[in-house]
Amino acid sequence: MAAQRVGDPSDAAPAGARLDLLKIRDMVTPQARVLDVGCGDGELLTLLASTRGVDGRGIELSQLGVNTAVSRGLAVIQGDADSDLANYPADSFDYVILSQTLQATRNPRLVLEDMLRIGRRVIVSFPNFGHWRIRRQILLRGRMPVTENLPYEWYDTPNIHFCSIRDFVELARKLDAVIERAEALKLNGQPVQVKAPWWFWNLFGEQAVFLLRRR
Amino acid sequence: MARKQADHPDDSLVVDFGPDQPLRLDSGLDFAPLRIAYTTAGRLNADRSNAILVCHALTGDQHVTNVHPVTGRAGWWDVMVGPGRPIDTERFFVICPNVIGSCMGSSGPASTNPTTGRPYGLDFPVVTIADMVRAQAMLLDGLGIATLFAVIGGSMGGMLVQQWAAAYPSRVFSALCIASASRHSAQNIAFHEVGRQAIMADPDWHGGQYIEAGTRPTKGLAVARMAAHITYLSEGALQRKFGRNLQDRAARTFTFDADFQIESYLRHQGLSFVDRFDANSYLYVTRAMDYFDLASDHGGSLATAFRGTATRFCIASFTSDWLFPTSDSRQIVHALNAAGARVSFVEIDTDKGHDAFLLDIPELFDIVRGFIGAASRARGIA
Repeated sequence: MAAQRVGDPSDAAPAGARLDLLKIRDMVTPQARVLDVGCGDGELLTLLASTRGVDGRGIELSQLGVNTAVSRGLAVIQGDADSDLANYPADSFDYVILSQTLQATRNPRLVLEDMLRIGRRVIVSFPNFGHWRIRRQILLRGRMPVTENLPYEWYDTPNIHFCSIRDFVELARKLDAVIERAEALKLNGQPVQVKAPWWFWNLFGEQAVFLLRRR
Repeated sequence: MARKQADHPDDSLVVDFGPDQPLRLDSGLDFAPLRIAYTTAGRLNADRSNAILVCHALTGDQHVTNVHPVTGRAGWWDVMVGPGRPIDTERFFVICPNVIGSCMGSSGPASTNPTTGRPYGLDFPVVTIADMVRAQAMLLDGLGIATLFAVIGGSMGGMLVQQWAAAYPSRVFSALCIASASRHSAQNIAFHEVGRQAIMADPDWHGGQYIEAGTRPTKGLAVARMAAHITYLSEGALQRKFGRNLQDRAARTFTFDADFQIESYLRHQGLSFVDRFDANSYLYVTRAMDYFDLASDHGGSLATAFRGTATRFCIASFTSDWLFPTSDSRQIVHALNAAGARVSFVEIDTDKGHDAFLLDIPELFDIVRGFIGAASRARGIA
């Protein structure tokens, strides 16, 4: 587990860094080997390389993302989490990270299984579909929710498998994974009370970050 | 033309290795004397760390950026290599050798055998991709270049890139392999065999001794090129460019003239090719590609070929390439992943087929520029 020393200059948050990425950063030990699945333009890998000295690799669907990441000096493969993870050998990374991508996979369970096989630790962050604002939109308006962090209409969204924090906890249990650490972020980016029960997280956590390992 | 270039290459540098420095071939033979023709562009820096080896494809040559002495056309990768280009000759020292077995000045079947004073013809030994790379390593030793900042190539050039990375991992800082494969597929071997049979069926081939017979199997070689050329394009691009359009006529002639534009185009491709290439070299170099199988050279496991490598890899493929489809590139990527290598991969969306690696494709330039830029920062080349 990353012991975060207060005042360590390497932990200084780069201006404008996404809060969920900083949460993930705090879960990664220095010098680790990291695979970032759905790495986009490599923002998280760059953050991890500069503040944690990690040896990072990425998988990204979009060519623009790959091009940007490669010109940043990152090793990124254009590919699809659903089909490509099967080709990675077991235990080849210290951490496999899936940041804000779980809901866009065709088979989240298989993706998570592969991640737990490839990495000794798995970090997953996702938007919580159990958040009260989403519940309110469905309840009061009777329409699929569109929020700041989920800005797509139901008919043109890349997100096909939403889950709530409680759903994810249940899936982790089915896969026999140990939840080593869990964080939920409120709308303002502040963490939900650590001592709060799951139902409270599920209602007030706008995003969640989980650190898992195999049992 | 090809015959003249074989012994006296224009606008090229040559290095000769005498009988005391034979090239050990995969077939077990020691080949000597050996000549390698090459060109360079840019300047080698003080610590000799900025050399890029560019590997040409099947019928390419050393004229990567300078005007071709036979065709008078721009170098085959003039869009990619040059001042301010993605492979920037203001920053890097580019070396491009002609592979052995070819016909533009490196030892090949059209070269004169110094012991007999006659062209080698089929007396030239069969060479492999690994033999070509070993010869290139001898050239670099001669130039005093211990490590290459990058080895770059497309198609067969990509095979040489992989062979370099597998055989000399400590000499290759980064490797860029475009539209290639770790082994030639059965379909690719089949197309090559059609080409070879076309050449050997030409009565002017004379069992490979046509130079002495004073003939050239131009018809066979042209047919070989026409068949191969189809595989370099894509169905979509052919349809877009030619469709079923007729060539300079309003109606069918009910003859076997080139009624269709595509027929006329292929005939032109075949005919212009025979001016610059030697038929026997076509046999030898296609054979080298057919024999290439990096996994089988390493106990059947491609990952083993790259085990422990510190080389930074970039693999690129094209969506419409059916000669070296993306699945071939993915095989290399999977092996490099399994070996824990530092690898990037991108599939570029284009309808231009296999030949896209030679063309002005902005996405390709972006990835090459980005990869080389990041690698040069990592290497500490200003």
